[in-house]
Amino acid sequence: MAIESIKYASPETESKLETKAFPRPGQHASGIVDWLTTIDHKKIGLMYGLAALFFLIVGGIEALLIRSQLWSHNMEVLTNRQYNQMFTMHGTTMVFLVIMPLSAAFFNFFMPLQIGARDVAFPRMNTLSLWCFIAGGIILNLSWFFTGGSPAIGWFGYAPLTDPRFTEVIGDMGPDFWIFSLQILGIASLLASFNFITTIINMRAPGMTMMRLPVFTWMTLVVSFLLILALPAIAIALAELMFDRSYGTNFFDFLEGGKPHLWQHLFWIFGHPEVYILILPAMGIVSEVIPVFSRKPLFGYGLVVFSGALIGFMGFAVWSHHMFTTGMGVVATSAFSILTMLIAIPTGVKIFNWIGTMWGGRIRFDTPMLFALGFITMFMIGGFTGIMHSSVPIDAQHQDTYFVVAHFHYVLIGGALFGLFCGFYFWLPKITGRMMNEKLGKFVFTLMFLGFNLTFFPMHYLGMIGQPRRTHSYNEGHGFEAWNQIATVGSFILGIGVFIGVVQFIHSFYSKKLKPAGKNPWDARSLEWTLSSPVKDYNFARTPIIKARDQAWENNHGEKDNHSEKQPLDDHGVHMPDRSWCPLVTAFGLFVMAIGLLFHQSIDASGELARDYTIAIAGGVIFVVGVIMWAIEGPRGYHLFPKENEE
Amino acid sequence: MSDAAVHALDHHEPVTSTGIPNKKVLMWAFLGSDCMFFGTLISTHLIYRKISATVGGNTLDVRDIFDIELTSFSTFILLASSLFMALAVSAIHKGNLKSTRWMLLGTIVFGSIFLACQVYEFTHFVHGKENKNGDLEHQLTLSAYAGKTLEDGKDAELKPHVFGSTFYVLTGTHGTHVAIGVFWLLGWFVYSFTGRMSTAHAIDIECCGLYWHFVDIVWIIIFPVVYLMEYAF
Repeated sequence: MAIESIKYASPETESKLETKAFPRPGQHASGIVDWLTTIDHKKIGLMYGLAALFFLIVGGIEALLIRSQLWSHNMEVLTNRQYNQMFTMHGTTMVFLVIMPLSAAFFNFFMPLQIGARDVAFPRMNTLSLWCFIAGGIILNLSWFFTGGSPAIGWFGYAPLTDPRFTEVIGDMGPDFWIFSLQILGIASLLASFNFITTIINMRAPGMTMMRLPVFTWMTLVVSFLLILALPAIAIALAELMFDRSYGTNFFDFLEGGKPHLWQHLFWIFGHPEVYILILPAMGIVSEVIPVFSRKPLFGYGLVVFSGALIGFMGFAVWSHHMFTTGMGVVATSAFSILTMLIAIPTGVKIFNWIGTMWGGRIRFDTPMLFALGFITMFMIGGFTGIMHSSVPIDAQHQDTYFVVAHFHYVLIGGALFGLFCGFYFWLPKITGRMMNEKLGKFVFTLMFLGFNLTFFPMHYLGMIGQPRRTHSYNEGHGFEAWNQIATVGSFILGIGVFIGVVQFIHSFYSKKLKPAGKNPWDARSLEWTLSSPVKDYNFARTPIIKARDQAWENNHGEKDNHSEKQPLDDHGVHMPDRSWCPLVTAFGLFVMAIGLLFHQSIDASGELARDYTIAIAGGVIFVVGVIMWAIEGPRGYHLFPKENEE
Repeated sequence: MSDAAVHALDHHEPVTSTGIPNKKVLMWAFLGSDCMFFGTLISTHLIYRKISATVGGNTLDVRDIFDIELTSFSTFILLASSLFMALAVSAIHKGNLKSTRWMLLGTIVFGSIFLACQVYEFTHFVHGKENKNGDLEHQLTLSAYAGKTLEDGKDAELKPHVFGSTFYVLTGTHGTHVAIGVFWLLGWFVYSFTGRMSTAHAIDIECCGLYWHFVDIVWIIIFPVVYLMEYAF
């Protein structure tokens, strides 16, 4: 025993597992090098979150420009083309650069903590996912500065809008930037998902059975499966589109035998599961928050989990409801209509379970709970209009009107974004170690709730009286003005609310005045709340042995038999993998490759098309070098020796 | 298992919840995803196969282009390479480094023969076939197809077609997978000479094996669906 205590007394002894092959930032790297080479899931989660909040502001400004243009009839805030670019970039940004990465941020930060793991299964791959996401975000927004500006094809990029012959600007590069950025963002999501699946299946603490996993972790697993099975469809569709645009193939070229209809199918085979990829993480967060603030365990845990999995499964069988008006034929249309109606059942089950959780509970209306309640009510409205759309005749009336815009914003803002903000207010104290100002939080919720409903509720009505979506302007005399003005006012209120919220999040990282959070400020239930706030580098000094589903709650209030135990301190210490430059180098290689392929075509002096692959090949070389160094350097690592009483 | 290997396992393969190594779970997840990649490509091909047969009055009979004997041969070679791969995995599990090395080389060589056949095939399809008079006919490019030489001796015109698009992109994607596999195996082949390879790397070779067999299975689907079916329906 004496020997052991001597060892633990020196907390950070470095021990090299293998010889060094390359210069590699050591254990004590700090500042920018630390952030560029980190493989810690918590730092990766933070960077994911911060980048996504930045893009939230960018996408929000785009939305406000759209709303300003629609303030009244025949406005000229934006030109026709600029308007198309705005709604394309707004949609693409919000889906791929905001909601998905915000979910990924929470997955990264909390999933390993919830299952009692040291890190994800492949920490360096996790870093690569982060840098691919950043690279994709940069490429998409670089499009503003080149021929044609950003894409003006809608976030769905329907053929033949993407056909170079039908663009307003000769040599328009917008769609190319869109293709390559989505392709790289897809790689980021795939890598992260493979990692999360492996982690959840394989790295659970002893006793953490699948049916003891927190619902948020379950939803991480379901969403990861959705991503790895849905993304290939759009990856191939984008590759085919790239061949169409750059090498003259005829996949979607209707003049030469291609079928634009096929693009729609491929896009929505990805696009509909994507809807659940966006909403399920929020449902997971809400399923964590409601029990905490109702002081009751989640009602019907098993049902909630299986409903989530069922939604994910059925999400693959309803894509064609986006295409009811394309003339697929009666049988296909009816089948997809019925399946779409059926998917409302597991969704409804979840809602009733949340209500059942609150029923008879001692509810506290803190900010996270307000957002959770906002989520349920707003998501229900979005869900109801969704069921309306599953009916083909109604859908035919609503197609391409503002009614649809209202529907999916109720799902994506009232649903996904409210859920994610709920997550921020709930979990940021764990991340920063500080409580946020409750009054300001409630103010943000009020602004967002009011602004959101002011903006999007009138759109139901606007859609019913026939205002078309994706249309630059409208004429006088339709009676659209008043409702549009209410919507525009509301959108600015919503924008201010979101902005204050983001400022509050960032502020809580720096402010010393905020009150310290302590281990478990909300009296919450899952494993991450047994750790100190902020969480230590090594997560768990001693691997916990799980005895119950809501382990933190059981430890505080449950019977002695249900208290978690801790494995003895390992005399090897906690193994920490080394930081690495390789993920950054590899992602940079991909970035250069994409830029090289974007600019490989030029018209030479004789007017002939010339192709120059130098930059693309250089990018490929950087990529390959990164991968080879990655393989050779190995995980390596050092050991940390937490003290006996440290968590 | 040697002491060194036990030690290495200790550090690289922590105990997992399921008992399956992390790398293997990762590989299976990736292969599940890859199924969808190929599923999308194969469906695209099947959807277009008949619909676009006569675009622009240019009837395409794929049998005029294909060289089914060559493709059958290369299919056989790829299938055979899977045997080498399986033997390599078995050898590394038994700790037989020498046998692992040569079985890896066998897989690499057979994979490369398959790739060479594909390069030959692509080149000839794009170039077209010579008829009795020495004229070129039946050219298939990414975007167009030229049929038989016209009766007055003029070369057939290249006309837009979808078959080349789906065919080259589908089989090309498969070829890229094979090429990646060859380079991956080559990496391990080279590594086997460094003296560091041990049974601790069995899991890595096994992952290569999973990938290689998967790519093989995909070809078992592509060969009948893209090639043989043209002779049946």
